[in-house]
Amino acid sequence: MEDVVISAENLTKRYGSATVVDGVSFDIRRGEIFGLLGPNGAGKTTTILMLLGLSEITGGKARVLGRDPAREPLTVKRQVGYLPDNVGFYDNLTGIDNLHYTARLIGIPHEQRARRIAEALERAGLADAGRKKVGAYSHGMRQRLGLAEIVMKEAGVAILDEPTNGLDPQASVELLALIRALKEGGVTVMLSSHLLDRVQSVCDRVALFNAGRIALMGSVAALGRQVLGGGFAVEVEATGGVDLHRRLASLPGVQKVTAQGDRFYRLLCDRDLRSEAAAEVLAAGGALLRLGLDSPSLEQIYTRYFEDAARQAEEVRHAA
Amino acid sequence: MPREGTPWQGLGIVWLKEMADHLSSARMRVLEWLVVLTALAALYGAIQSVRATTAEDPFLFLKLFTTAQEPLPSFVAFLGFLVPLMAIGLGFDAVNGEHNRRTLSRILSQPIYRDALLFGKFLAALATLAISLVTLWLLVIGIGLFLLGVPPGAEETLRIVAFLGVTVVYAAVWLAFAMLASILFRSAATAALVALGLWLFMTAIWPALAPAAAQAVMPSGEPAGVLVAGQMLARLSPATLYGETVLAILHPATRTLGPVYLSQLQGAVMGAPLPLGDSLLLAWPQIVGLIAATILLFAAGYVVFQRQEVRA
Repeated sequence: MEDVVISAENLTKRYGSATVVDGVSFDIRRGEIFGLLGPNGAGKTTTILMLLGLSEITGGKARVLGRDPAREPLTVKRQVGYLPDNVGFYDNLTGIDNLHYTARLIGIPHEQRARRIAEALERAGLADAGRKKVGAYSHGMRQRLGLAEIVMKEAGVAILDEPTNGLDPQASVELLALIRALKEGGVTVMLSSHLLDRVQSVCDRVALFNAGRIALMGSVAALGRQVLGGGFAVEVEATGGVDLHRRLASLPGVQKVTAQGDRFYRLLCDRDLRSEAAAEVLAAGGALLRLGLDSPSLEQIYTRYFEDAARQAEEVRHAA
Repeated sequence: MPREGTPWQGLGIVWLKEMADHLSSARMRVLEWLVVLTALAALYGAIQSVRATTAEDPFLFLKLFTTAQEPLPSFVAFLGFLVPLMAIGLGFDAVNGEHNRRTLSRILSQPIYRDALLFGKFLAALATLAISLVTLWLLVIGIGLFLLGVPPGAEETLRIVAFLGVTVVYAAVWLAFAMLASILFRSAATAALVALGLWLFMTAIWPALAPAAAQAVMPSGEPAGVLVAGQMLARLSPATLYGETVLAILHPATRTLGPVYLSQLQGAVMGAPLPLGDSLLLAWPQIVGLIAATILLFAAGYVVFQRQEVRA
C-alpha cells in the first residue's frame, strides 16, 4: 500500500437527484502517469475536485498520499499541484509576480522563492517571458506557467485537468513533453482529457469514464487486448518464400492472418511477435521488405467498447 | 474530527496582495479623484458661509463638515453619498472576478482555506477605504485650519475622530453587501447593478417610503405612534442609520433622534450642546445597527461562498 499515492474507493458525487460521479474506484501508483479519459461531462473534473478537497464528497472514500482530502485539506494541498482546466492568472501581474503570490501562499521560505521560481520558469520554457504581464501570454504559455507553478511547488503529485485542451498541435506536443519530464523527476501525474489520442502517448494507465462511471481501466495495450480481441497487429511485407501465409498463421500466439495482395500480411497476435515473424519469413526463404507494429489506439478501443455496450443493451431489450 | 490548521492561514498574504491591487488600480484612482474634488467643492461652500457667520460658536470646526451652501450639499452629505459608491466599487467583483479570470480554483488548490481568501479580500478593501477616508479627513482638517485659522478644540477633535470611525463602519456595510452580490452573481455587471440598485433604493427611496408604509400598516393608529413606526422602518436603511449617527456626533445640540416629547424638554436649555459621551450614547443603537448589518451581510456571503462550487 506504500506505493499507492491516490486512491478512490466507491467515490460518489450527487447534486440533488443527479449523480455526476457514480461509485468510482481506482488506485494510482507512485511515479506513474494515470489518465482519466472520457467525453465532457463524464465526471472527470468533479472527481479531481473531490480528490483535492475542493468539492464535498457525497459517498465513498478518497485518499491522497494516505490522507483524507476532506479532513486534512491543507496537508493534501501542500503536496499536490493542480492545473485547472483553462487555468487563469492575474493578467495585471507578470508571470514572476503571479508565481511569487502562489509561493507565499504555499509558504516557500523567502530566501528560496526567487531561485525556485527562476528554475521552474526555465523548465517550463518561460525564462524570457517571466517579466511580461500574463495578459500578454498566449493560451499555451498560460498552461506552461501553470505547470511551472507545480514545478515550483515541488509537489510529489500533479493533477492536470485537460492540460492540452485548446492548444495547437505544436504547443500540445511541448506540453506533453513537459508532463513526461515531470514524471522523470519522480512526480506522480494524474491527468484528464477528452482528447484520447493526444494523451495516449504519455499515459501508463488510463481509466475511461462514461456517465460518471469507469468503463475500462488499465494500460492502453491491455485494454486493446480486452476490447479489440488481439492486442497487437504486426504488419509484414515480404516477397518470395514458400507458403508464407500458412507458416505465419501457425506461429504460436498468432490468432489470424489476413493477406492483402501477395506480399502484404497483417498478423493479429496477443503479444509483440515482430522478431518471430521476421525469423519465420527468413526461414521460409523470403525477403523481408517491411516490418511494423500497429498498436491499438484508444480511440478505437473507446468506440468499439461503447458500440459493444450499446449492442448488448439492444439485445437485452429485444430478449425481454 | 475537526479540520486541521487554522482558517487564517494565508490571510495576511491575500490581504497584502489584494490591497496592492486596489491601490494601483485605475478604478481606485477615479474614485479618489471623485471624492477629493467633491469634498473640495463642499468644503469651499462651507468655508464661505462659516466665514460670513462666524460668531461665538464653540463648535466652529464641526461646521466645516456640516454646513451646506446652495447649490452644494455639505461635506457630510457628500460623503454619505460617495462612501457607499466607493465601497461598492471595490467589492462588486471580489469573488466573481476570480471566477471569471479562472484563478479561483488555482488559488484554492494552494494550502489555504476559503475563509482566508474571503476575509483577506474584505479586509483589504476595507483598509483601502479607510486609508482614503483618513487621507481625505486629514486633508479637510488641514484646509480648514488654513482657511479658518481656528484650531479644533479637544472635544471637537474627538467628535471628528468618532465621525471618521462611523464612516468607516458605514463603508463596511456596503462593502459587505457588494461582496455578497459578487458571490451570488457570476457576472460582475449584474453584481454591480444589484448593489447600486439597493444603494439607491436605501438612500433615496426608502426614507421617503417608510412613513407611507407605516401609515398603510396602521391606518387608525395615533399620529405619534405612526410617526415612530415610520422612523423605525426608515432605520432599516443603513443610510438612515448613518445620517442619524452623524447628526448626533457632529451637531452637539442634538438631544434626540426621534420625536421630541414635552417631558424631554423640561429643564433643557434650548440649543445647549450635549457632552460627547451623551451624543455617542444617543447614537449608540444606530452604530450597533451598522456594525450588526456588516456582520450579517458578511456572514451571509461567507456561508454562500463556503458552499459554492469552485469549478468555472
